[in-house]
Amino acid sequence: MNKTLLIAAVALVAALIAPVYIYPVLLMTILCFAIFASSFNLLLGYAGLLSFGHAMFFGTSAYITGYILKTTSISLELALIGGMLVSTVMAAIVGLLAIRRAGIQFAMITLAFSQFVYFVLLQAPFTGGENGMQGIPRNALFGLIDVKDSFHFYYVVLAVSALALFLFYRIVNSPFGEILRAIKDKEPRVESLGMKPEQFKYLAFVLSASLAGLAGALKATVFQFATLTDASWPISGEVILMTLLGGLGTLSGPMFGAAIVVILNDELAGLGEWALIAQGVILLVVIVFFRRGFVGEMAALLAKWKKPAAKTDAEATA
Amino acid sequence: MTVQLLAGQLLLGLINGSFYALLSMGLAIIFGLMNVVNFAHGAQYMIGAFTAWFLLTNFGVPYWAALVIAPLIVAALAMIMERLLLRPLSNLDHLYGLLATYAIALIVEGLVRQRYGATGIPYDSPIKGGVHLGFMFLPWYRLWVVLFSVVTCVGTWFLIEKTRLGAYLRAANEMPQIVESFGINVPKMITLTYGFGAGLAALSGVLAAPIYQVSPSMGSNVMIVVFAIVVIGGMGSISGAIITGYLLGIVEGLTKIVYPEGANMVVFVFMAAALMWRPDGMMKSN
Repeated sequence: MNKTLLIAAVALVAALIAPVYIYPVLLMTILCFAIFASSFNLLLGYAGLLSFGHAMFFGTSAYITGYILKTTSISLELALIGGMLVSTVMAAIVGLLAIRRAGIQFAMITLAFSQFVYFVLLQAPFTGGENGMQGIPRNALFGLIDVKDSFHFYYVVLAVSALALFLFYRIVNSPFGEILRAIKDKEPRVESLGMKPEQFKYLAFVLSASLAGLAGALKATVFQFATLTDASWPISGEVILMTLLGGLGTLSGPMFGAAIVVILNDELAGLGEWALIAQGVILLVVIVFFRRGFVGEMAALLAKWKKPAAKTDAEATA
Repeated sequence: MTVQLLAGQLLLGLINGSFYALLSMGLAIIFGLMNVVNFAHGAQYMIGAFTAWFLLTNFGVPYWAALVIAPLIVAALAMIMERLLLRPLSNLDHLYGLLATYAIALIVEGLVRQRYGATGIPYDSPIKGGVHLGFMFLPWYRLWVVLFSVVTCVGTWFLIEKTRLGAYLRAANEMPQIVESFGINVPKMITLTYGFGAGLAALSGVLAAPIYQVSPSMGSNVMIVVFAIVVIGGMGSISGAIITGYLLGIVEGLTKIVYPEGANMVVFVFMAAALMWRPDGMMKSN
């Protein structure tokens, strides 16, 4: 327990001094995608539901938050909540339909709905179509605190991310989280205990979407623009990659995954298609060889290193 | 004006529907036997078209030869992919199969775009001219596409639903161990089925090359629509996939007349409606 606290404290200190050394916008991008990947992790890692359309919540929320900030002068946090609310309502509707088909079809249905949302956003008058929405202002936080400077804004994003990840932690460690894991392992057994797995999956989907919405809303305020890319299916694929690469069903995995993929994209940005190709190759390697992801493999290595004799132990805990 | 417009959009819808039907049928066949959602289907379609173009520009191989060669090449590549990638994943959660084929699609599309650029490349139609029907002009090639698609779909449906080979396939999906105990090599059958499905996608790609331009994104664009069609038709139902494919192609065409902005959304609206009214798929009677 103390060790966990120590790690958390070190991570916090590192996060606090990071913008002195690293470009704040890059750090904020990582944080946004860490929230996004965590939201996806809640669904796939804990409830076993593969959504291939999470970009619809991310992108829509980015547009809504941007629109609120552009057209009104309300404070920043309310705009973020506005974006989140819209993606939550959207998930409440999409979820009702998507949850009707079991297993792998859920992925296809969510992908199709996200494509629908993409076309709606393309044609909706307020989004700016192909050009996207530019010049989103960062209104003052609580109507008081000026966050126009990216260095200052970083701490806002960090605080929001910490809050979101804490929320995620509480969700997966609650009785609700336990039931989700039970559904993932053996759905009929949960049903035989008199519970309705569908309701829990539905709730997980909606919760996940509102977290994804928060990520999108933050992203719009970080970059100060929202584009159709945010709502496109490659983004849905990217968040899958982040989560699997970091470690499915682990708390810190999606953060590592988000950091690795964002930095990779940043490094390969000028090299045409190679960023996407690299993503495909990494995803393939993770699926075939490292299904536990970065954090899972590290944990297994650590356990092996501690107890060289008890090899099976490492396998069991990972 | 209205007759021309209506006939024109109907034909366009029928053409699109021909590709939807071919592609969703291939997906349904692969899913039916392997429980894998073949995300690489769009990439295999695109590679089919690119192979035809590549053979023509580099070796002067005509369309008709490419119609045979390209599907064989893609089928061979797909069978290698099944053996090396999908088979080791087959006893895991099915979503790994989906994600692995997605990764392949990402790599293939990225490489093609890196090499040939994102813009479409025209491919000359092998059948020139057409016929004036009085109310519209019907190019021969389009007629060929529709006829060829119908014959291929009906033929494949017959093969799988009405012949002994098809019975083995369906039985292997239900009870692989028992089918194996009858002396049938199920893993080999799976490899061949995946190759067949991918070959069908490539065949559609060659067929599509003269109509749509050959471009790296031609596969991923059509793929999501095809997914929706498979969901409407009922996962793994071959007849459902074929019928829904043609129908929604036509519906899409008609939507272009009434509400052009909604044409690329109408399939998804139908999917939502189907999920509401027929949660088990249009063709599932049980």
